[in-house]
Amino acid sequence: MSATVAAAFLRPDDWWTIATAAVCSVACAIPGCFLVLRRQSLLGDAISHAILPGLAGAFLLTGSRDPWWMLLGAGAVGLATAALSGVLHRRGRVPPDAAMGVVFSVFFALGVVLISLAAARVDLDPGCVLYGTLEIVAFDTLSVAGVEVPRVLVTLSVVLLVNAALVAAFFKELKVASFDPALATAMGFSAGLIHYALMTATAATAVVSFEAVGSVLVVAMLVAPGATAHLLTDRLGRLVAIACLSAGLSAFVGYLVALGLNTSVAGSVATIAGGQFLLAVLLAPRHGVGARAVARRLLSLRIDREDVLGTLYRRHESGAASGAELAWAIPDPRRAARAVRALRRRGLLERADPLRLTPAGLDAARGVVRTHRLWETFLSRELGLPLDHLHEASHRAEHFISPEIQRRLSADSPDTDPHGKRIPPREG
Amino acid sequence: MIIDRSHPGVTTEPAVEVHDCTVAYDRRPVLWDVDLLLPPRRLIAIVGPNGAGKSTLLKAILGLVPLASGKVEVFGKPLRQARHLVGYVPQRESVDWDFPVSALDVVLMGRYGRLGWVRRPGSADRRAAREALEKVGMSACADRQISQLSGGQQQRVFLARALAQDASLYFMDEPFAGVDAATEKAMVTVLRGLREGGRTVVAVHHDLQTVPEYFDHVVLLNMRLVAAGPVGEAFTPANLHKTYGGRLTILDEAAEAVRRARG
Repeated sequence: MSATVAAAFLRPDDWWTIATAAVCSVACAIPGCFLVLRRQSLLGDAISHAILPGLAGAFLLTGSRDPWWMLLGAGAVGLATAALSGVLHRRGRVPPDAAMGVVFSVFFALGVVLISLAAARVDLDPGCVLYGTLEIVAFDTLSVAGVEVPRVLVTLSVVLLVNAALVAAFFKELKVASFDPALATAMGFSAGLIHYALMTATAATAVVSFEAVGSVLVVAMLVAPGATAHLLTDRLGRLVAIACLSAGLSAFVGYLVALGLNTSVAGSVATIAGGQFLLAVLLAPRHGVGARAVARRLLSLRIDREDVLGTLYRRHESGAASGAELAWAIPDPRRAARAVRALRRRGLLERADPLRLTPAGLDAARGVVRTHRLWETFLSRELGLPLDHLHEASHRAEHFISPEIQRRLSADSPDTDPHGKRIPPREG
Repeated sequence: MIIDRSHPGVTTEPAVEVHDCTVAYDRRPVLWDVDLLLPPRRLIAIVGPNGAGKSTLLKAILGLVPLASGKVEVFGKPLRQARHLVGYVPQRESVDWDFPVSALDVVLMGRYGRLGWVRRPGSADRRAAREALEKVGMSACADRQISQLSGGQQQRVFLARALAQDASLYFMDEPFAGVDAATEKAMVTVLRGLREGGRTVVAVHHDLQTVPEYFDHVVLLNMRLVAAGPVGEAFTPANLHKTYGGRLTILDEAAEAVRRARG
């Protein structure tokens, strides 16, 4: 693994940066899971953009860069974004996405204006706002129990612990309020209160992360890990755990990529998170594009095999021998040959030519034809379809009838199908 | 179900008292001056045409939408003091069925109210949730993610969640919407069991045909209260005509005028 090789060359400063990126990513991913589930992903985006005027405003008002003032200013504006877009949507009858989009882009623009004003007096670099200062976190340290630890890593760790503790403590409240806000409120867990608590946690996380990692990474980490995890599991607890793993992994791999390409760490970590999401879209076990393609492929192979079985059973029934029938069942000779090979591997067809069913094959084939004729009977008796409409429809349906449906179809079926052919019994 | 006299809600006082309630959405009144007494230990249907404010009435009683005027009491107390006695089954479409929870998780949510903040559901709650699933015939689906259930099964899960709530008074918003005949039958049996147990069920209902068969008491609503009472007295052709016969154009126009004037 090139990652392992690269890891061997990492210096302590590199590890501090990776730790900072990872802690920050996980801290964002935790509230992010709930934003994704509540279909409020954009709100994370909005809040993290709206922080800019908060930072600049706090600085202009107090004239200091004291992190507490910055935190307060940014948090207040972040919450104001959530509240204002809510009010615009409800009272002003503006669609929710438009309300949010207008509020946060205007706030962001206002932030750029304020920062330019403030920049005359102090060093506030708009570039840092986007990309952060991950590369240099190791130069600004605190002494924790005798170890020099990057200052932002300490604050980010506190945020991570608080987020984890809040989600652990209020897991069931978040679950019910996200799934069914009306029930939550009716039970006394005010959905509105929980919404604003989540917004506050998101805003606080974004504010603290902002300085170190910039808005690109904050926005990505509020959405991507949760969205990835949502594709990979269908239990809430596992979703949060997978999102945290995905966020941490993005930080590690992303840093190595940034090191290799000599590019922005935040940008590269966010890109890796996006890559993981893409992988999940393609490969997720149930929801993934890849999994669905595999399922379709397996289904079409099975249909080919069953068509060969059905054709051979009918030939066996009539005592005739005609290769043309097989060609009729599967016009493509390559697919027909593949189905025959698969049936031979399964011991359902004799190895030698001409094609003949083995005893096991005869049983399987009887099942296919039985389903076909039961379905024809059903279509004719219950839906009143004319005789010449039955075969095509049953030819498609025979591959999808479950044993349960077959049992119900056969409950009071006659011995012959509407064409007068015998419906073979389940047991030969 | 055994009648549990000790259950806090089993009394003879009105289950719900709605006093002169008006509800407005976006300044447009959708319910006008509703006065309503609902008796306990009954299955009560709320019927009326689309847009009559049926769901709104439920939400107003539950405190989910603000009252423009009036007040609501549940078992003689303000709702805030009676929340633990009240269960709610929202419309099936109101939740995201792709949410990452199993059927059992959803039923377990019914227990959250009694647990209060922070406390986690324990093994007794899990047992109650499994029993509730059993009662609606859904034990086999307990561990399925909820989007894999059919519409009727989803509605059964919601009903099981209501059972797990073990409330005295249930509000159900169209519990029979989009369910198959077998589910509807099973659900009616469960509702009757609740009534035998001394509980009250208030349900928004769409199928007028089945009102006399399923319910004891009926509320006819069309932006205002048209009639309310035992099915035998209130569910009359004259009242139905008043409820469904033509739009209540005057109220409709008045509401629109209110909105325009204050908008």
